[in-house]
Amino acid sequence: MRPRASWAALFVGPALLLLGFYLVYPAINTIWLSFFDASSQHFVGLANFRELFHSPTMLVAFRNNLIWLIVFTTATVSLGLALAVLTDRVRYESLAKAVIFLPMAISFTGAGVIWKFMYAYVPPGGQQVGLLNQIMVSLGLQPVGWLITQPWVDNLALIAVGVWIWTGFSMVILSAAYKGIPRELLEAARVDGASEWQVFRFVSLPALQTTLAVVATTMIINVLKIFDIVYVMTNGNFGTEVLANRMYTVMFQFQDFGQASAIAVILLIIVLPFMLVSVRRFRAEEGQR
Amino acid sequence: MISTGSPNPAVPGGKHRPAPAFRLAVPGAAGTVGGVASQAFLHLVIALMCLAWILPTLGVLVSSFRPASAVANSGWWTIFANPFDLTQYTLANYQQVLEQNGMAQAFWSSLLITVPATLLPMLLGGFAAFGFAWLRFPGRDALFLLMVGLMVVPLQMTFIPILRIYSRTGLAGTLVGIWLAHTGYGLPFAIYLLRNFFGTLPGELFESAYIDGASPLTAFLRLALPMSVPALASLGIFQFLWVWNDLLVALIYLGGTSSLAPLTLKLSSLVGSYGQEWHVLTAAAFVAMVVPLILFFSLQRYFVRGILAGAVKG
Repeated sequence: MRPRASWAALFVGPALLLLGFYLVYPAINTIWLSFFDASSQHFVGLANFRELFHSPTMLVAFRNNLIWLIVFTTATVSLGLALAVLTDRVRYESLAKAVIFLPMAISFTGAGVIWKFMYAYVPPGGQQVGLLNQIMVSLGLQPVGWLITQPWVDNLALIAVGVWIWTGFSMVILSAAYKGIPRELLEAARVDGASEWQVFRFVSLPALQTTLAVVATTMIINVLKIFDIVYVMTNGNFGTEVLANRMYTVMFQFQDFGQASAIAVILLIIVLPFMLVSVRRFRAEEGQR
Repeated sequence: MISTGSPNPAVPGGKHRPAPAFRLAVPGAAGTVGGVASQAFLHLVIALMCLAWILPTLGVLVSSFRPASAVANSGWWTIFANPFDLTQYTLANYQQVLEQNGMAQAFWSSLLITVPATLLPMLLGGFAAFGFAWLRFPGRDALFLLMVGLMVVPLQMTFIPILRIYSRTGLAGTLVGIWLAHTGYGLPFAIYLLRNFFGTLPGELFESAYIDGASPLTAFLRLALPMSVPALASLGIFQFLWVWNDLLVALIYLGGTSSLAPLTLKLSSLVGSYGQEWHVLTAAAFVAMVVPLILFFSLQRYFVRGILAGAVKG
């Protein structure tokens, strides 16, 4: 006894219509527009892409997205893993995890203000109001212009904000997976004389492999689209440009819809492999049901 | 070194971990010098991490209650010399950002935008998820795979065509426009999360309801929904925070100076105009953060569940 298929249209139809309108159609249209000029009047072939790959600002954005990708992903995954394993051993676990997880709840915009204040710079001699430069001065060092010192300091300073926000996310997922490892397994290794490091390296880590891959993929997909932090804190100045912020600038300030579309398409192409990985993993999981 | 940390290393509870209260500190045998040292090191590392995570927010909270001149001329940490000297705190910054800088209005805009933009995807996503989980129709599995893919399509791929349609139809800068945009963008995750949850419900339940003459609508509203309150709560808090904290979508569809500007938009424009006036920016940031923080502290459980359900299937 099964309901007729027409019911499905009623249940799924409205959502599919919206998805078609807000995601599928515009995505296809954007690909089309990326082959046209600034006002979408004349077909220009691959000219937009050619120009983008020769634009100094875009090359900086590519470089920065790559730095973000490597540093942000490595840092969030490894810090999240370390915290998941370490907090599991203390009585105040839930408190410690709540503290680390808290930034996930607030906006990137709010986090941007919070960290701009942390990074605040007053020239030497003046009273520092930013905590980091106060620490520098207390150590007898010069205050640092964290958000204007190119190319490493300012980019890493922005990435640190991202790490501060997202580490809680990776910690929560890895912690759940870590707690899913049968305790007998860990205990058995310890009884056999393994050190804590060996237990981690040869028992926990292999058991967490799949979850680590999931978290890393999620982080990569997130970081490629990073926008708010850069927009609020430096707006891409001082060599901190990233693709998503560049697209916004090209779209609204330059009104060049051809190039803006091309940047979006480039973003999609970079995300695509990771998208396929998650679709494939989803299918594998479905197969197990 | 054999370090079980306990005379009885047997772990109770089969496959499930024992309740934390009964768990002994695992690393390093208590009593040995190495054990004590590594325990101390463990606490130190966690304490330092927590400190690094909480200090930035604490600095903003403290500064938002200090007078403008104090914020500009001394570090916020100086209050710890006399933390209970209440004369050094003021509400003037909040009064300024709420009344003069328009954060009060932005707060209402955020609510106006967020509540419908949370309920709509939950409603439409709930129906669609039930369809994907328990109704049969041609192309169901392929469509669902498409949904999984759509979850990660960069929103940048959609802005230009939609903004053009919005400009032509007058939806740009309107509440309806931004509600629908957030609904469209939120649907893939909503459907994914709810479909996975509905999939765990017993199918016989619906079968017997159909035999009794119930329609799928009844099965959905009377059976599936009441059994899915935790999943709906997870999705709700997720979507709420996503919309409340969103800057990009508001920036694109409302524009920079709209009277409907939500908190994030207002805050980011204050950053532009009040660059170094930290008493304004810290108070404004806190106004923007207060609702997420309340939600976080009261509903953290559901938030965590949503993250787990979205990333790895449990």
